[in-house]
Amino acid sequence: MSKSERKKAIIIFSALSLVFLIGAILTGGNEEKHESVQEVMRDSVLHDLNKISLLGIKDVNPGLIAAFTVSGFLIVFALICRIFVIPRFKLVPGKFQMLLETVVGIFDGMAKSSSEHINSFLGAYIFTAGTYIFTGTLFELFGVQAVTTAGHPISLPAPLSDVNGAIMMGCLSYLVIMSGGIAGNGVKGIGKTLKDFSLPISMSFRLFGALLSGALVTELVYYYSALSYVLPVIVGVLFTLLHALIQAYVLTMLTSMFYGEVAEKVEKKPKDKTKTRRGKKRITVVKQDRAS
Amino acid sequence: MTGVPLNVDWQQILLHLLNFTILFGALYILLYKPVKDFMKGREDHYAEMDSKAELALADAESSKEAYAAKVKAFDEEVKAEKTEMSKAVEAERERRISAAKTEAEKIVADARSAADREKSEILASAQKEITDMVTEAMEKLTLEQSASDAFDQFLDAAEETK
Repeated sequence: MSKSERKKAIIIFSALSLVFLIGAILTGGNEEKHESVQEVMRDSVLHDLNKISLLGIKDVNPGLIAAFTVSGFLIVFALICRIFVIPRFKLVPGKFQMLLETVVGIFDGMAKSSSEHINSFLGAYIFTAGTYIFTGTLFELFGVQAVTTAGHPISLPAPLSDVNGAIMMGCLSYLVIMSGGIAGNGVKGIGKTLKDFSLPISMSFRLFGALLSGALVTELVYYYSALSYVLPVIVGVLFTLLHALIQAYVLTMLTSMFYGEVAEKVEKKPKDKTKTRRGKKRITVVKQDRAS
Repeated sequence: MTGVPLNVDWQQILLHLLNFTILFGALYILLYKPVKDFMKGREDHYAEMDSKAELALADAESSKEAYAAKVKAFDEEVKAEKTEMSKAVEAERERRISAAKTEAEKIVADARSAADREKSEILASAQKEITDMVTEAMEKLTLEQSASDAFDQFLDAAEETK
């Protein structure tokens, strides 16, 4: 691109941005907000105001609808990959094949490095969990719209910013860890897992807290139109991308680490009687010396 | 839902669980397993190639060793043959030298005998010559003496006739 072409492009880009900004300011005054920022933030935590009807069967949190949407998207994506991409895989991979192999390889490698002997199920689980958390967190960026039972439009949040989703993920991860304990050590494995009884709570609320904080900041930023220019690029996109990666990594890493710990087989150490006797003898000799 | 903190809803938790289970099954069957199988297949393919290459390398190494052993054996054979040949050459040389020596000795002996014979022949001829010469000289002497006597007698006879 020559200098004059670059100048032209910059001028067109700036003019368009200005037109959109003016348009947004001029049309912004007419919007009707059906709830205050306090209510929006309270609802993000408690999910007691905005409910969405699940096929007319039950009113559920928007997070559950977001979860179904994300899962649907992931399943369709996986299906397309299975039909059109995977059969065309080559020994020397292309870019997209490389991406898929890297993602699978990362989680498989994480499972193998954490638990050397029993890792096939763990690999599949952390792959699903990592993909779900990452995609689910990025999902809030798209602002997919739904209608609440009260008839208001609402942007679907990240599935795990719903406390129910976070609890499910934390408890399921704990159960997976326990299954690793049982597979590796039988009943003793359950005992080893139960030692970390706070794990499901900490995992659930770590996820919930992290994603909720992201949702709250995003809600806060988008609530005021004055904050809706430039700032969302950093707060909305960069932070969301960053914490999508971090949360996916943290949960999968914790799960595989604890799984490896409880699945590791405990070998009984043979008791060394001579050592004990010698030790006792030494103690007796020391005691005698002191007494004398 | 009063009394439950954060409005936790067990039914929704189970719905989330159902959703995640379906997602797990689908992702495992459609994405994780096929990709992993492909990666494993490729790993096996390269491992097989590697083992084949290693086998070929081992084969080449053993062939190389066999060839080296053959070359060594051939070298030793050549060396032994060379030694044998040089021994044969040496023996032939010795034989030829001794034959030459014998021949030379024979030649010398022949020459000696020929020289002796020639010497004796020369001596004999010289002796004969000397004898002839002496005889001739004696004859001459004798003839000279008889001539002078005859001349004296002639003179005496001439004087007497006078």
